[in-house]
Amino acid sequence: MDFGPFLLLALMEGLVTAAVLALTASGLSLVFGIMRVVNVAHGAFFMLGAVLAWFVSEWVPGPPALSFAVALVICPLIVGGIAALADTVVLKRLNYEPEATIVATIGLLYILEQAALSFFGPDARPVPAPLNFRIQLPWFGYSGYKLAVVVGAALVLLAVWLILKHTRAGLVMRATQIDRDTARAFGINVDRVYAGVFAMGAGLAAIAAVLIVPIQQAHYLMGGDPLLLSFIVVIIGGLGSLRGTLVAALLIGLSDGVISTFFAPTLAKIIATLVVALVLVFRPQGLFGKRMA
Amino acid sequence: MTADRALWLHLGVLAALLAAHFIAPAYHHTNIARIMVLAIYAMGYNIAFGYTGLLSLGHALLFGAGLYGAGLLVYHAGAGAPAALVAGVLAGGAMACAVGLLALRTAGVAFMIVTLMFAQAGYLTILYFGSYTRGDEGIVIPRAARMLGGLDLSDDGTRYLVALLLFAVALLVNLALVRSPFGRIMVAMRENEERSRMLGFNPFTVKLAALTVSGLYAGLSGAAYGLLFGYVGASLASVQYSILPLLYVLLGGAGTVLGPFLGALLMFYLIDYASAVTDAHQFVTGAALVLLILFAPKGILGTLRARAIRWLP
Repeated sequence: MDFGPFLLLALMEGLVTAAVLALTASGLSLVFGIMRVVNVAHGAFFMLGAVLAWFVSEWVPGPPALSFAVALVICPLIVGGIAALADTVVLKRLNYEPEATIVATIGLLYILEQAALSFFGPDARPVPAPLNFRIQLPWFGYSGYKLAVVVGAALVLLAVWLILKHTRAGLVMRATQIDRDTARAFGINVDRVYAGVFAMGAGLAAIAAVLIVPIQQAHYLMGGDPLLLSFIVVIIGGLGSLRGTLVAALLIGLSDGVISTFFAPTLAKIIATLVVALVLVFRPQGLFGKRMA
Repeated sequence: MTADRALWLHLGVLAALLAAHFIAPAYHHTNIARIMVLAIYAMGYNIAFGYTGLLSLGHALLFGAGLYGAGLLVYHAGAGAPAALVAGVLAGGAMACAVGLLALRTAGVAFMIVTLMFAQAGYLTILYFGSYTRGDEGIVIPRAARMLGGLDLSDDGTRYLVALLLFAVALLVNLALVRSPFGRIMVAMRENEERSRMLGFNPFTVKLAALTVSGLYAGLSGAAYGLLFGYVGASLASVQYSILPLLYVLLGGAGTVLGPFLGALLMFYLIDYASAVTDAHQFVTGAALVLLILFAPKGILGTLRARAIRWLP
């Protein structure tokens, strides 16, 4: 294959990565933006979504498209429920004190991974794709489902943006983000907003996982990479800003696709982690948004 | 008088560990040797986290620096164990100092993420240079290279006594450090950085020095681990090994000299006994972290000190 088509393939693969990454990272960004919580268990919520999608595909009879549709609804709800529970039982009692919440979410990460290992097992398991067609380009054929993933992720992100900007729930969330004491004074139940936001963040990770699992297979340790990449995206994009997250996800996803295709994936990850560390050291407003800089 | 009480307590713990050498069954004998080496690591972590208030999520990088600093020197250059041990300690300290120069420009959550990222980059670098480090598979250090003076470190009895000697030095230095004026300044940084600055102490240099000492400890522990147990592998530099000392210190009591050892001892046996009942040992780790941070953020000795034994260092 010539360089041109090869680059196109790398970019298309990168676009799929970017779309899923944007979904996962927007969940992390939402949680940090509104609650100021760094959720280390975010990757575990992602993994949980994929693992649950496998269970749904086993239990729901009929064509793969049906079980996929069921998974797309049920998995985020279950994962969101677990997240809301974790928020009420653990994080709320810590008063969202930053260092304590990080330690607690590390504990949560271990618990969730162990649960997946115990009930799902150590093997990677495939989930059938809901649609099966190939788009034939002049140089190579490309999976139609991968393009559907990109469209699906874009639709979900659009929905999140609409919810945040144009619904009462979104207004309440933004009010809590700007000043939680004033929000409380105006009769907003901040505890419920926090539980909801934490659930929504985890739910977004679960949706991303359900979308990607027909391409990637479900495995109990699959949450590590999405977590690391989401951190990178969220830090480079600036937290709390959905637009920044989106731009950074595109940037990281596409360059990850290109670098991993032409160079070693491990090298790409080393460079990315070092870049993030240096961004944090020299441009901390990348992490803390504009207001606190 | 108070000072003597604390010193006698620590000497008593060391004496008990020496007695355990003669009476502990073989299985526990090996376990305790391992726990003492890991406790050195946790003590180093405690100097940064417990006393100075630097919550790092990347200490595996420092442990790994000691481990590989010693291991690669033995494996590729054929160095002897004493040189490797010194190299490991220095590698840990130098790595901590280098990371500190950058990471200490941040604080709080950003510091945690920066250290996490550096450790992750270090771990990936070990994998990337797999032809030298043999990556996940790891390096087995041959018995011939594990001689310290005339002592064979692969022998169970010698190993225990060497581990105890290193542990004793680390513990007493730690005790002296936290009672020294510098130890007070470290605590002052943890309690109120702004006020300490007003009193004329430079937070950056104090924290950098504390982190470097912490790195020397982690490097010593890593090097000793490689030489005493004969294995150097990438999994020992993974993120789990950054969480482990945090867990030990939280359980035993942050900011207490004996806390890291107590935490390592209890956690090691908790996982050991849990493994006999279930293979879900990750669950034990996770649950312990959540429960500790929720109900006993001061740990065992920290709670005891707050309630009863005020003089505990």
